[in-house]
Amino acid sequence: MTEETGTIDAAGTTAPSGSAEHTEETPAVSFDADPATYRHWTLDTSGSAETGVAYLRLDIDETGGIVPGYELKMNSYDLGVDIELYDATQRLRFEHPEVRTVVVTSAKDKNFCAGANIRMLAQSSHPWKVNFCKFTNETRNGIEDATANSGQTYLAAVNGTAAGGGYELALACEQILLIDDNSSAVSLPEVPLLGVLPGTGGLTRVIDKRKVRKDRADVFATTSEGMRGKRAVEWKLVDEVVPKRAWDETVAERAATAAAGSSRPADASGVALTPLQREETADGITYEHVKATFDRDRGLVEITVLGPDGGVPESCARVHELGADFWPLAMTRELDDLILRLRANELELGTWLIRTQGDVEDALAFERVIEQHSKDDWLVNEIRHYFKRVLKRLDVTSRSLIALIEPGSCFAGALLELAFACDRQYMLDGTLDEDDSEQGDEAQIMLSASNFGTFPMSNGISRLGSRFYGDDDHVAKLRQETDRRIEAREALELGLVTDAPDDIDWEDEIRIMLEERASLSPDALTGMEANHRFVGPETMESRIFSRLTAWQNWIFVRPNASGPEGALRKYGTGRKAEFDRRRV
Amino acid sequence: MSIDYSEKIPNNVDLAGDRKLQRALESWQPNFLNWWKTMGPAVPTEDVYLRTAVDVGKEGWAQFGHVAMEEYRWGVFLAERGDDRRIAFGEQKGEAAWQQVPGEYRADLQRLIVIQGDTEPASVEQQRRLGETAPSLYDLRNLFQVNVEEGRHLWAMVYLLHAFFGRNGREEAEALLHRNSGDLDSPRILGAFNEETPDWLSFFMFTYFTDRDGKYQLGTLKESAFDPLSRTCEFMLKEEAHHMFVGTTGIDRVVTRTCELMREHDTDEIAPHGGVPLDVIQKYVNFHYSVSLDLFGSEQSTNAANYFTAGLKGRWQEERRKDDHVLTEDSAKIDLVRDGVVTQDEVPALLALNSDLRNEYVKDCQSGLKRWNRILEKAGFDQRLYLPHVGFNRHVGLFSDHYVTPAGDLVGKDTWEAKEDCWLPSEGDKVHVQSLMRPVYEPGKIASWIAPPTNGINGKPFEYEYVHLA
Ligand SMILES: [Fe+2]
Ligand SMILES: [Fe+2]
Repeated sequence: MTEETGTIDAAGTTAPSGSAEHTEETPAVSFDADPATYRHWTLDTSGSAETGVAYLRLDIDETGGIVPGYELKMNSYDLGVDIELYDATQRLRFEHPEVRTVVVTSAKDKNFCAGANIRMLAQSSHPWKVNFCKFTNETRNGIEDATANSGQTYLAAVNGTAAGGGYELALACEQILLIDDNSSAVSLPEVPLLGVLPGTGGLTRVIDKRKVRKDRADVFATTSEGMRGKRAVEWKLVDEVVPKRAWDETVAERAATAAAGSSRPADASGVALTPLQREETADGITYEHVKATFDRDRGLVEITVLGPDGGVPESCARVHELGADFWPLAMTRELDDLILRLRANELELGTWLIRTQGDVEDALAFERVIEQHSKDDWLVNEIRHYFKRVLKRLDVTSRSLIALIEPGSCFAGALLELAFACDRQYMLDGTLDEDDSEQGDEAQIMLSASNFGTFPMSNGISRLGSRFYGDDDHVAKLRQETDRRIEAREALELGLVTDAPDDIDWEDEIRIMLEERASLSPDALTGMEANHRFVGPETMESRIFSRLTAWQNWIFVRPNASGPEGALRKYGTGRKAEFDRRRV
Repeated sequence: MSIDYSEKIPNNVDLAGDRKLQRALESWQPNFLNWWKTMGPAVPTEDVYLRTAVDVGKEGWAQFGHVAMEEYRWGVFLAERGDDRRIAFGEQKGEAAWQQVPGEYRADLQRLIVIQGDTEPASVEQQRRLGETAPSLYDLRNLFQVNVEEGRHLWAMVYLLHAFFGRNGREEAEALLHRNSGDLDSPRILGAFNEETPDWLSFFMFTYFTDRDGKYQLGTLKESAFDPLSRTCEFMLKEEAHHMFVGTTGIDRVVTRTCELMREHDTDEIAPHGGVPLDVIQKYVNFHYSVSLDLFGSEQSTNAANYFTAGLKGRWQEERRKDDHVLTEDSAKIDLVRDGVVTQDEVPALLALNSDLRNEYVKDCQSGLKRWNRILEKAGFDQRLYLPHVGFNRHVGLFSDHYVTPAGDLVGKDTWEAKEDCWLPSEGDKVHVQSLMRPVYEPGKIASWIAPPTNGINGKPFEYEYVHLA
C-alpha cells in the first residue's frame, strides 16, 4: 500500500480537507463485470486447456478509478479493481474447470501491485473504507477457498514490488515467487508510512499462514522498504526468489507442479456465468429468485428468497445443462449480488428482514442433488462452496439480520441456513388468515444434513454448532430431527427460533421489535452483532474479520490516521503527520 | 363460547371486535377475581351501593346501585377525543399523537404504565382490613368505592398492556397481580405502597395526599404522545376526584369533631374523650405529606427529562403553559441544601421536571389546609394546621441526606431524632388512634372521633343502608 510521493501529480498534492465524508456523492456501486471489458486485469486462459494454468495479470488503468479524485498509479487499486478480481475468481471456478493453477502476476514492469490507493483511502468516507476492505477480504478468502476446495491453486508470481495490499494479495495465494532483480521487494509499509494496518489479512497471514516469527513480523511490518532476496525467503515471507532470466520458466514449472496435484476434472466444460437479470427501482431490486423491497422510512429492507418451482433435475448431466439457470446457482448469484449492493449502496437500511417463499419439498429435493453430488461432481461442489461463501458474507454483514418464518416459506436445509445466519428468527405460530388457510398451512422449517457442517462459518463450525456452542448433546439431538416438518412451537422448544408469536401477536410483536431495533445506535448494533455471531474457536479467517478488521476500523476513525494532521492525510504532501502520542 | 363483552365488561374500546384483547382479558380476568377475593376488602358483604362507570359521555357516565362486589363490572374506558390530536411538547411537538406504541419507546412506556398500574391494586391491598373498623356504613361504602375504582384503574392499565405491548405486556399484566403490598418476596414497586393503611385517619390522609400524587402522575400521563394512555388517564382522573373527595371531607369531619370535643371539654387534650387531638392530626399530615412528596422522585431527574423530550410524559397542564414546550433553553429553580443551608439552585428546566410537578402538587395540597383551618377559625380556635417544609422527613431526592424540621430549618441528626415524636405520629399516637377504631355498622350511626358527613351519596341520606353486610 504505497505510492511514491513523486508520482502524485501537482493537482493532487493538496490532500482533501475536512473529514472527507463523500457519502452522498458516492455513486451507486455495481458489481457487474465481464472479462471482455475488464479495465484492470487480463484473464489469460489461452493455454489452460493444455497446461491447466491460467494467468491473471494485473494491469491497472490509472484513469479507471471507480470514483473520481485519484489516479491508480503504480498498479494501486480501488474497489473497481477488486470487483473485477472477484469476477475473475468466480469465472475461473465456474467457467474454467480446466484451470488447475491460477498465476497472479503483473503486466507492469517493476510493479506487481502497490496495494490500495492512498489518495482513494484519504478521500473516502469511513463506511466506504470499511466496505471496501470487507469486500477485498472476502475476495482474498475466496482465493484461499478455491485453493482449498476447488483444486484451483493460486500462485503469486511477484514480478515487481509488492507493497501493502499488493503483498496481501500475494499472501492469499498458496505460493509466492519473488523476482530477484535487486530491487523488487515485498513489504507491508502501512504502519510506518500511513499510520494504519495492512488490513486485508496482511498481519494475520504473515504469522498464521506463512508462520513468520512474531518478532520478525514486527520488524517486517515496520520496515517501509520491505524485504527482498534471500532474507525474504529465510523469513518465510516468500517461498522462493527467482532470478530474472529464469523467471517465466520457473513460474510455469511451479504452476505445472501445482496443477498436477489438482482434483479438477479432465475434459469438463464450464458453465457460463451469464449476466444477472436485475430490475432496479428506487424502492428495490428484483431478480428472478430474489427480491428486495426497501422501506426507507423504517430503515429496513425486506428480502425474499424464492425457492425452486418444481423442475428438480433428474441427473447431474441436467444440472450441467441448466448451468447458471440451475436454481441453487442462480439464486446464490442473485443473493450474492444483492448483499454486495445493499452493503455498498444502502447504508441506512440497517435492518434486513429475510424471508423465503416456496415449497419445502422442492427446496429439499434440490438440496439432495447437491448433497449427493458435491463429492463427485465439480460443478455441484462449486455451487455448494459458493453458497457457503455467500452465507459467510451475511455473517460479516454490518446490518441487523432478522429472519421471518411465515406460512408459505421454505426454510429447509440449506435455505434454513439463511435463518440461522440471522441475529434473530421469528416464526409465526398458526396462520395469519384464519378463513383462507387449512391445517398444514402453518409455517414450517426442516432440518437436513446440510445444517450440520456443509456450510461452515468462518469459525470452522456450523451455524447450528455455533448456536448451541458447548451443547453437543443438543446438536446431536437435533440431528435426529432432520427431514421432518417442524412447526413454530416445537421450533421454539428446540431453540431453533427466537420467538414464535401467534397470529394475534405477530404483527405487533414484529413491528415493535423492528422499531425498537431501529432506534438503537447503529454502531453499537454492528459491534454487538459481530460479537454474538462468532462464538467459539477462531480461525485465520475469523481472526481477519474479528481482530484485524476491527482494529483497522478503529484506527481508521482515529485522528492519527484520518484527522487533518493524520498520517493518511499527510501522506504525499511532503509534510509529516502529527500524532497524538498517548497510547490508547 | 360467546360472551357478551359489553355486558360483562363495560367498555368503549370495541372489546367485542378485538380478538387479541378478548384472549388476553379472558385469561387475566379470572386471576384478577382471584386476587380480589384474596387481597381485596376483608369484610364480607352482600352488596354495596356503588358507582359503576358505564360510559364516557359528559352526562351519566356512571350508574349507582347495590351490587355484590365480586360482580362489580370493571370496565375499560378511554376518554373520547378527536382523531387529530397533536403532540404538545418535546422533540416531536406538533406531530400527530401515536395511536400505536413506537418500538423506540416501548420499554419506557411499558415501564411508566407498569409503575402506575402497580400503585392501583397496591392501595386496595393496603386498605384490605379497614372495613373491619369503619366509622359508619357511609364511610364503609366510600372505602369500597375507592377500592373497586382502584381495581378499575388496574384494569385500565392492564388494557393498555394487553392492547399495545404484545406478549411482554401480558406478562407484565400478570405480574401486577403477583406483586403484593408488603410482600417480602415480591413487594409493590414503590415503597409508600408497601405500608399497611392501619386506621381510618391514615386512610383519609392517604386519599388526600397520596391519591393526589396519583392525580398529578395521571395528569402528566394525560399529556402523553401515546394517545391511548393519554385518554385512559383522562378518564381515570374523573374517578380519582372522588377519592380525593373522600380524603378532603374525611379530614374535614375529623377536624370538625375535634373542635366539638375541644369546645365541649374545654381542652386540647381530647384523647381521653374519644377524639383525635389537633397535634396528632398535624403529625399525620406531616407524615403523609412527606411520604407522598417522595413519590415524585428526585427533584433533579434525567429520566423525567428523557420522558419529556420523547413525548412520553408532559407537565401538569402542559398545554396551558406559556413557553416553547421543548425547554431545551430554559432553566428552573430547585430546592436543595448547600453549604449547610436550605436554598435554591438554578438548573436546566428539563432536569427539574419532577420538582415542577411537585410544586404544582404542593400548591394543590394547600387548599385542604385552608378548608380545615376555616373550620378551626369558625369554631373560634386560634390553632392552625399547616404543611411542613418540602425538605422535612424526605427519603428520596435532594433532601434525603439531610435533617430538616417542619419549619424548614436544617438541624443535626440527633436534634431531629430527639424531636421526631413531636413531628411524626409517635407509638402512643398510633395506639391511641387505633383504640378509636371501632366499627359502627348501624345505619345512621357514627363513631365518636368523627363528625357525620353533611351529604350522603347520590342524593341519598346519611342514614341510607349503603352496605349490606353478609
Ligand atoms: Fe387510582
Ligand atoms: Fe385513587
